[in-house]
Amino acid sequence: MQDLDTIVGEALAHFTAIDDPDELERVKARFLGKTGALTDLLKGLGKLPPAERPAAGSRINEAKAKLEAALDERREAIRVARMEVRLQEEALDVTLPGRGAGRGGLHPITRTLDRIAGLFHSLGFEIASGPEVETDFYNFTALNTPQDHPARSMHDTFYLEGGQSLLRTHTSPIQIRYMETHRPPIKIIAPGRVYRVDYDATHSPMFHQIEGLWIDRDVSFANLKFVLTDFLQRLFERDDLVVRFRASYFPFTEPSAEVDMRWGEGRWLEIGGCGMVHPNVLRQVAIDPEEYQGFAFGMGLDRIAMLRYGVDDLRLFFENDLRFLRQFN
Amino acid sequence: MKFSEQWLRTFVDPALDTEALAHALTMAGLEVEEIAWAAPGFDGVVVAEVRHVGSHPDADRLRVCEVDAGHGTPRTVVCGAPDVAAGMRVPCALPGAKLPGGIEIREASVRGIASAGMLCSARELGLSDDASGLLRLPSDAPVGTDFRSYYDLDDRLLTLKLTSNRGDCLSVLGVARDAAALTGATLRPVSIEPVTPTIADRVAVRIEAGDACRRYCGRVVRHVNVGAATPLWMRRRLEKSGLRSIGAVVDVTNYVMLELGQPLHAFDLAKLEGDIRVRFARTGERLLCLNEADVALAPDYLVIADATGPVALAGIMGGKPTAVGDDTVDLFLESAFFEPQAIGGRSRRLGFASDSSHRFERGVDFGMAACALERATRLILECCGGEPGPITEALTELPARPPVRLRTARVPKLLGIDPGADAVAAIFERLSMLVLRDGDSLAVTPPSFRFDIVREEDLVEEVARVYGYDRIAPQPLATASAMLPLPETTRTIRELRAGLALRDYQEAVTYAFVDPAWEADFGVPPPLVLANPIASQMSVMRTTLLGGLVDRLRFNLNRRQIRVRLFEIGTVFLGAGGTQQPTRVGGLAYGPVLPEQWGSPARNIDFFDVKGDLEALCHPLAPTFEPAHHPALHPGRAARVFLAGQPVGWCGELHPRWQRKYELPLAPVMFELDAEYLQGVPVPTYQELSRFPSVRRDLALVVDEKVSAASLQGCLLRAAPDVVWEVVLFDVYRGKGLDIGKKSLAFRILLQDTQRTLTDEEADAAMAVLITAAEQEHGASLRS
Repeated sequence: MQDLDTIVGEALAHFTAIDDPDELERVKARFLGKTGALTDLLKGLGKLPPAERPAAGSRINEAKAKLEAALDERREAIRVARMEVRLQEEALDVTLPGRGAGRGGLHPITRTLDRIAGLFHSLGFEIASGPEVETDFYNFTALNTPQDHPARSMHDTFYLEGGQSLLRTHTSPIQIRYMETHRPPIKIIAPGRVYRVDYDATHSPMFHQIEGLWIDRDVSFANLKFVLTDFLQRLFERDDLVVRFRASYFPFTEPSAEVDMRWGEGRWLEIGGCGMVHPNVLRQVAIDPEEYQGFAFGMGLDRIAMLRYGVDDLRLFFENDLRFLRQFN
Repeated sequence: MKFSEQWLRTFVDPALDTEALAHALTMAGLEVEEIAWAAPGFDGVVVAEVRHVGSHPDADRLRVCEVDAGHGTPRTVVCGAPDVAAGMRVPCALPGAKLPGGIEIREASVRGIASAGMLCSARELGLSDDASGLLRLPSDAPVGTDFRSYYDLDDRLLTLKLTSNRGDCLSVLGVARDAAALTGATLRPVSIEPVTPTIADRVAVRIEAGDACRRYCGRVVRHVNVGAATPLWMRRRLEKSGLRSIGAVVDVTNYVMLELGQPLHAFDLAKLEGDIRVRFARTGERLLCLNEADVALAPDYLVIADATGPVALAGIMGGKPTAVGDDTVDLFLESAFFEPQAIGGRSRRLGFASDSSHRFERGVDFGMAACALERATRLILECCGGEPGPITEALTELPARPPVRLRTARVPKLLGIDPGADAVAAIFERLSMLVLRDGDSLAVTPPSFRFDIVREEDLVEEVARVYGYDRIAPQPLATASAMLPLPETTRTIRELRAGLALRDYQEAVTYAFVDPAWEADFGVPPPLVLANPIASQMSVMRTTLLGGLVDRLRFNLNRRQIRVRLFEIGTVFLGAGGTQQPTRVGGLAYGPVLPEQWGSPARNIDFFDVKGDLEALCHPLAPTFEPAHHPALHPGRAARVFLAGQPVGWCGELHPRWQRKYELPLAPVMFELDAEYLQGVPVPTYQELSRFPSVRRDLALVVDEKVSAASLQGCLLRAAPDVVWEVVLFDVYRGKGLDIGKKSLAFRILLQDTQRTLTDEEADAAMAVLITAAEQEHGASLRS
């Protein structure tokens, strides 16, 4: 049986030298295949005397098992080595930029509007809207501002040729239109574009307002103060924001107030107007002011966006310079 | 309304400093817009008299003056002002004086002559921009006194931004009244003693428009020296209110208007003929006004007329021919009450306003007319002398001041605070209102100067104002806990915006008024036209968003952007009078399809990129596109977009002619859709999933070029048996292997039966149906 040790030694030497899996299988056949060396030895067992056969058989089977184990080990080693090579070959520069489309974004005024709408939505306010080309009736008369009323001079109005139409000077006409078709309780905000004949660094002939209206049985001026103060503190994310209400005049609210907030070095900034809805306005839309009352407010969206994002020139909002717009994405 | 704080404090002097007083006024609705010093800081300036003026030996333009500045011997001052003259009194800065702008005056040699001070112009003292000469002081100015105190410069000027309901505060008295009510300080109005007539002359006055003019007081004053100097104190108060001194008589009328709020007018009596009538203008009448405006008088203009016709626009402006001039000797003074409705709106139509119209529009105290006339007469007599006649007064029915009822419970109901009935009543009394208690109500009668107290809420506002807006504590309101609707079938505008931003579009906000040229090129004429545009290129209302988008594309290209993708969601204005104002979604894509990057080949945007964006925007709605013509778009690269058969907008490449006109290196691809149709979406409903495998068959059909992909696909879908689930175009081929004028369209066909596995034979049969339909309808053949 000197032969067996030689065969095993030869086979193990071959296995170790081989890197290619196909080659390994071919070499395996030379030893373990149908005509392989070990197979030949097994076939030769029959020529041995019967007493020696069991011992010789078990030695051959041991050798066979040893070779099978060595083969498995070698196969695994080759797999691991090959995988290692492949992984190295496939390595990427993962610091290269990602592929694909660019990202657009929303205008800073939209962004501001979305936040405002979200805050009021959380308090149960729905969104309403109305036309931008308006009639004198909705823009003024129904808001308790008849023809020749001195308050009309507060609004430099754009008129359209050949008719009574004008560009709405505020979002307040939406109050009227909404109340004409809805009964209290009413809780809406109404954003939109408004127009006034005015153009410089702090005035644009087109700008944005957001109107609010809350009509119910017991909505008071103290509630108005709470809602707007809470709103401004949430909007600017500052619990210590100081908000003040000072007496003012709008034909369609009474009492009326200007809302100021303290900004920077103790400066007061006007942020909007508000007040208790005037009984004449309620009567105009057939709501009984003895039964229902409430407040309305209007604020400049553009101005709020300027404060929030530190924009110092209103005109930037309407230039649409991509370098400006992308800063808000 | 601008006035001197010192003047205000002669009427009411609360124990508050300037800022605290201004704060109190502001919080109560009389907004103090500005507090400014009457003059910048300086010191060491005294009143001086120029005694003698001599020439400078070494300088033609300099004068050597002997100046008495008080305190001992005259001093020598070298002066360069051309108008320096012996005898004049001027401010003189003494050595050591500090002037505005950090200038310090020292004794110095000016071209060899020692100069002990400087004679000052108004500009050198920061009082005005006038540097034409020295600030000439009255001849009675006390030599040697400190100029600041002589000229009342240690004073602050308050500028009030008054709301249009508070016409009663358009005077120092009016502001003082409110300040007294707010602070509790005592009001000390100027005492007005009637003058004793020394002549009997009168001009008869007849009011013919009794609803417009309620009261008219007139008085003749003869032998007036109109050339007399306005006293310095009055001139200074006028100047501090921003009014220039014009002449003693006009200065007095202006002064009394500022003091008491009553506009007055002085006519030259010699130029009036016959009686005065207050009436509406007659058709064809004209009036040359003081400001040289020659006005054609409409019949709703109230006028003051004499026997010859209108001599003044009542409450707005006097006429030029009857105005007081240098040769005027006799005056006719007018102090009247005109109804706000008779004056309101007129000055806007005229194109000019006046201090008078501003007050009458808002309401002037009808109780003040005679008082103010007495006050003005006395001041004229003091300044200019003269012989006053008696007051002629014409009266109709004065405005009623009926008591307004306030149910005291309304105060807490509306304001959310309850000061109590006593406190409320006290507030009204402080505001010069008469209060009568009537059970749970108060009957409150407003004074003649208040025009804004007619209903209960007006009283509630007064309570809030005087009680203090600041003292009303914010209160949350317990409210119904019903949820808001959240319709699943409606997509919000906000979602559309987010969808476009995700597809790499940047939102723009452009003006709704645009250049008429854009409308002609891109729009649906005719647009609405503004009657009073800010500029001609902003004069029509847009009927399309495309013009603004192209304009902003150009703007960004000029700023070195090469890749521009913009969208806007906004209103367009269609139909006569803006009868339709739909919300549109417009977009524009220009330049490279992707931002420049290493891992994707560079390619410019084309129609199908944008079409893909629209398909994504509309999803789950499936838009269809049909070739169509649009004035803005390339006729071969434009499509009308449909949703469920409804035309909803356009998509296409900009027409080459506009690309050239607007100087664009590449053609943008644009779209514009009606937002409304994108907003309705179905609620998903579950469809049973098949447990059996689907079969995919590919079908490549050769057709003529003119057969559109959509029509061939439509034909397949219409012919498809129930087992066909999907027909999707996945390839378009032209060229080798196909005849010229032919193309191959390859579709992926997905077949499935929900009840069992489809056999090959069944799939073949279904495919045969499709092929037959394509052959018959479009002459299609199978690509071999």
